[in-house]
Amino acid sequence: MKGIVENFDLYAPKLVDKEEYFSSGHRACQGCGEALAVRLMCKGLGKDTVITNATGCMEVISSLYPTTAWKLPWIHVAFPNSAAVGAGVESALKVLRRKGKIADRDVKTVSIGGDGGSVDIGFQAISGSMERGHNMIYVCFDNEAYMNTGIQRSGATPFGASTTTAPAGAASVGNKTWKKNMPEIMVAHNVPYVATACHSYPIDFINKVKKARSVKGPAYIHCLAVCPTGWRSSSDTCIKLGRLAVETGFFPLYEVENGKYRLTIEMPKKLRPVEDYLKLQGRFRHLTPDQMKQFQERVTLEYKKLMNKVKYSKSWLEM
Amino acid sequence: MSKRIGMEIALAAAEVAALCRPDVIAAYPITPNTHIPEHLAEIVAEGHLDCEYLPVESEHSALSACAGASAVGARVFTATSSQGLLYMGEIVPIIPAMRLPIVMALGNRALSGPINIWNDHSDVMAVRDMGWICLFAANGQETIDMIVQAFKIGEDHRVMLPVLVNLDGFQLTHVVESMIMPDQEEVDKFLPPRKPYATVHPDNVVSMGTLGLPEIYTEAKKAEDEALINSKKVILEVWKEWEKTFGRKYEPIESYKTKDADVIMLTVGSMYETAAIAVDQLHKEGFKAGLLNMKLFRPFPADELKAAVKGARVLIVTDRAVMCGGAQAPVCAEVKSVLYDEPVRPAIVNEIIGLGGRDVRVDDFIKMFKKAATADKVKPERAYEIYGVRSS
Repeated sequence: MKGIVENFDLYAPKLVDKEEYFSSGHRACQGCGEALAVRLMCKGLGKDTVITNATGCMEVISSLYPTTAWKLPWIHVAFPNSAAVGAGVESALKVLRRKGKIADRDVKTVSIGGDGGSVDIGFQAISGSMERGHNMIYVCFDNEAYMNTGIQRSGATPFGASTTTAPAGAASVGNKTWKKNMPEIMVAHNVPYVATACHSYPIDFINKVKKARSVKGPAYIHCLAVCPTGWRSSSDTCIKLGRLAVETGFFPLYEVENGKYRLTIEMPKKLRPVEDYLKLQGRFRHLTPDQMKQFQERVTLEYKKLMNKVKYSKSWLEM
Repeated sequence: MSKRIGMEIALAAAEVAALCRPDVIAAYPITPNTHIPEHLAEIVAEGHLDCEYLPVESEHSALSACAGASAVGARVFTATSSQGLLYMGEIVPIIPAMRLPIVMALGNRALSGPINIWNDHSDVMAVRDMGWICLFAANGQETIDMIVQAFKIGEDHRVMLPVLVNLDGFQLTHVVESMIMPDQEEVDKFLPPRKPYATVHPDNVVSMGTLGLPEIYTEAKKAEDEALINSKKVILEVWKEWEKTFGRKYEPIESYKTKDADVIMLTVGSMYETAAIAVDQLHKEGFKAGLLNMKLFRPFPADELKAAVKGARVLIVTDRAVMCGGAQAPVCAEVKSVLYDEPVRPAIVNEIIGLGGRDVRVDDFIKMFKKAATADKVKPERAYEIYGVRSS
């Protein structure tokens, strides 16, 4: 899977905004995938953007008063309400523009949050904002647990991961449930553009952000973000782990435009064994071969379910 | 030209809120405030108000959306009651800390346990220390006047705070009253469009709602407290201007027949008008009763209170909420703390009345006055009484 970032230095400057909207010097851990993902997202969004941020790592590491890493207008209010604050921002931008009280140009509202702030405690606010059809993007940066508070399991934590509230032990495999399929739930909200992404595929991610930005209405991106601290992985494997998540079929990269599913990163005919992905992470270190097999079976099943949608889904516009 | 109308107060509150030309309204249904956002939705739907109306999925999101909209510079209005306010509770203290002006009409309703939709002040008392300016209307006229005043006060650059306009649930929200409604021209003149101080917009990039470490949190709280205390100057200014423009006088504590009064009662909200009838009757009997009504609860009008009770032998403080396990009920606790340092002060009786919609009649107020008359000689057994509790 070498091809995708080959000659990156050659063509990236032409495709990617050179401006940094999420500046260095913030306080993220070494090898933080989420901070990288936020930086890439901003490049895809450009200057005319307002960010609303849920409480979490990205808020904490970027906004220690009196410093800020944000060169985009940014607001944080609380943990569960990024999408609701976004709804208010979007509505205000719309009405003030209509009334001639602010500049007459398109400013996009982008709400962001971690997996806890999105698939758990912020779920209702996202559901409301997407259902009401606000012209905004929601980006969930999913590092698969409440990392900011110390690696507690969330609804996005995969099976078998050892977390501080679902620890592995003699009587427990760790987290007992499979990951909540948030992109699917967003498709069910009739959101016209839904995509998965990962910082290890920067161009793919930026393209999706740009596409989401062009939608007049709600859009949702679910971005897997490697967290070396919470995943108990070496910080220099951040990019590699993101790629393995995709290559093993654990986190395929796709987009859903008006209900039509499409893989955006081509998958090998034969997926890599999921073990390749799991063995680099301390959170899975306790898994027995049987449990590893169980994990593999679920990944295979989920992948088949997705491929079925890729094959048979049709755009709502063509129905 | 202002004109006299007869209307349900909640509907009038919506009408006057619309005259304030809010840019964004976000609200979620809960009895008894519901008629306010319902009627506003109607006004928007009929094309009488250019506004983004957000029928959100919860009160938490209602106040969150208001926060986002206010941060962009919009004029923002919302309304709720009781559990709705508590569901907003996580966001309530963040709004004043971020200095975001928002006007909220609170149709006061008892907090659940048992569930009860009727009126008392347990909802507002639960958030009283969270940094909002807090006004209490005694009737429909004050409700509509205070909504207009609230925008002007909250959006003033010397203030930049959210304002709660309290109106008693049902007792006010659902009552048809005669009121004088200002017209659009008058409201426009009194209340110019909001000029936001700082906004989240790419033309002027700022970060709002940043993290405060122990090194800065104390200072941030001090600044917030000062802002609320200092808002009083602007509140008084706005009330002066209101009186000059509309001829209706507003003061932090209104007094009725307190000159030479022997026993004075303090009310908050709509009980004032019933208690005033009791005072009139007592005067006929030669009982020198006086009455105070607190219109401004935050910032707390300490100086006005001290002046208002001067000369009284006994002060009855009525409360509409229980401070479970506390030393007093909330209003009285504060009144006592303000009067503690006064060299001469009245004996203080604390009556908790009208919980969860229990009627408090003229007779009840007369009883309270008469019972309290000896409080300076015979100290009440308990620091507070829950008035009218049935024993069987």
